[in-house]
Amino acid sequence: MRALHAALAFLIGDPQADRMVPPAGFTVTLTVFTSAAMAFLAVFALALSLASGRLAERWGDDLAKSATIRISAPADQIEDQTRAALRVLETTPGVAEARALSDEDQRVLLEPWFGPDLPVDQLPIPRLIEVIAEGDGYDATGLRLRLQAEVPGAVLDDHAAWRRPLVEAAGRLRALGWLAILLIGGATGAMITLAANAALAANAQVIAVMRLVGARDNYIAGAFVRRFTLRAAAGALGGTVLGVLTLVILPRGGGDDETGVLTGLGLSGLQWGWTLVIPPLAAAVAFLATRAAARRSLQRLS
Amino acid sequence: MIELENVAYSYGYAGGELLTEISLKLAPGSFHFLTGPSGAGKTTLLKLLYGALVPTAGHLRLWGQDIRAMSRDDIAILRRKVGVVHQDCRFLDHLPVAENVALPLTVSHQGGPDQAQNLSDLLGWVGLTARADALPPELSGGERQRAALARAVIMSPEIVLADEPTGNIDWEMSQRLLHLLVELNRMGKTIMIATHDLQLIRAAKSQVQARVLRISNRRVQLAGADL
Ligand SMILES: Nc1ncnc2c1ncn2[C@@H]1O[C@H](COP(=O)(O)OP(=O)(O)OP(=O)(O)O)[C@@H](O)[C@H]1O
Ligand SMILES: [Mg+2]
Repeated sequence: MRALHAALAFLIGDPQADRMVPPAGFTVTLTVFTSAAMAFLAVFALALSLASGRLAERWGDDLAKSATIRISAPADQIEDQTRAALRVLETTPGVAEARALSDEDQRVLLEPWFGPDLPVDQLPIPRLIEVIAEGDGYDATGLRLRLQAEVPGAVLDDHAAWRRPLVEAAGRLRALGWLAILLIGGATGAMITLAANAALAANAQVIAVMRLVGARDNYIAGAFVRRFTLRAAAGALGGTVLGVLTLVILPRGGGDDETGVLTGLGLSGLQWGWTLVIPPLAAAVAFLATRAAARRSLQRLS
Repeated sequence: MIELENVAYSYGYAGGELLTEISLKLAPGSFHFLTGPSGAGKTTLLKLLYGALVPTAGHLRLWGQDIRAMSRDDIAILRRKVGVVHQDCRFLDHLPVAENVALPLTVSHQGGPDQAQNLSDLLGWVGLTARADALPPELSGGERQRAALARAVIMSPEIVLADEPTGNIDWEMSQRLLHLLVELNRMGKTIMIATHDLQLIRAAKSQVQARVLRISNRRVQLAGADL
């Protein structure tokens, strides 16, 4: 409550103190532009992080739940081996469902490559069994050993080989997004510090006069800090709105959410709420950076 | 109210101490001149008196409080009790004269409608009513000095320190300024004026009882009656 009160008092400010700092200089304009540009970039970094996070989760989850068993055997043994594999699967804990694909299913799968007239029943095509896991999944190594013993022609493919790098890549992309946000925050702080230092140096005379007529350090610093903080917040608000608008009108590549990062660099649902954090965060960075700069330059003054 | 005891000051370069062994008391209601050649340290001594510099040796007490024990905020508050007319009267150039004169009130949160009468009286007293809305860079040298004096006294300080208040203005204007300072002294204020204008000192002596201090050979001495 006290903090809220202080924040409100800060926002309203002291119009008389504000008048003592000469009207907007070049540095204040720079601050508005910098924080707008940084907020714009932050929206994209945020979208990147959140989208790749979503993707990593989905790939991790969905793919972990499905696997395929491929049975290659001479034509006369294939039915026996399929049945044997299904029996093994029935008694494997963690397997929710196992289903051998019919000739018809397989024809549909192969059609895109070989056309509709493929004589599936006459070709030595391996039989496929679709396995759906439940709960925490099954023990892939154990299942492999059992299949090896009982169904010589069976190979279990749990997609782990190509799933892991994808999930890892998505995770790295997410970390990269957060790193970008951190860097953007740091760069914003650094640039606002430079702008504030320039403003303080340009107004050395104003500060000296205020100090000589009995203004306290906090009063003097406050006049500068408020100006920079408000401009940074306004700039960041503008940048965030622009960033969000750009995300909204960005073409989605026709695909739905499934197609992932490349086509769907967007935010969904509650995630839009995260963008609301950007302007206050920029204001906080500006506040801290300007206050530190103002205190430093006041210390040098008697 | 202001007491110096063996105070020394050095800007910290090879020349050594600029001022040394200075013991001095400013009694309430007294009128002092501070004189000495250019570069003797008049401005430096005044800066010590309003806490812009801290003695490198000795003790300086303001209203009983040692300057070294004072925080930056204490010094800011002190400046509200000591009116200073600086040698290079500096203003906020983007604000009109009236607002500049009222600055000490504003920064101590005492500015307000009830002070408006006070402000316009003060501007009338220094003869700047017509220039109240001008910006400081538009003022003449004498007008600047008078605006600076008005700013120095708006808080009704107990002490007024003036550094070369008649530095670059003509004799008639100097007389007018001196008259204002004498008037303040008659109201009970302690006045200290740094100047090397001996004519001004003579003129003052015919109006008030003034002590003349001279900085010579790094020390402050009471000047003889020959002035
Ligand atoms: N900030 C400073 N740093 C170093 N030396 C300084 C500083 N201010 C003044 N001095 C030196 O201290 C000496 C005294 O300066 P001061 O301004 O007190 O003299 P003054 O008696 O007021 O002279 P004037 O009559 O010209 O105003 C001068 O030699 C000056 O160069
Ligand atoms: Mg001087």
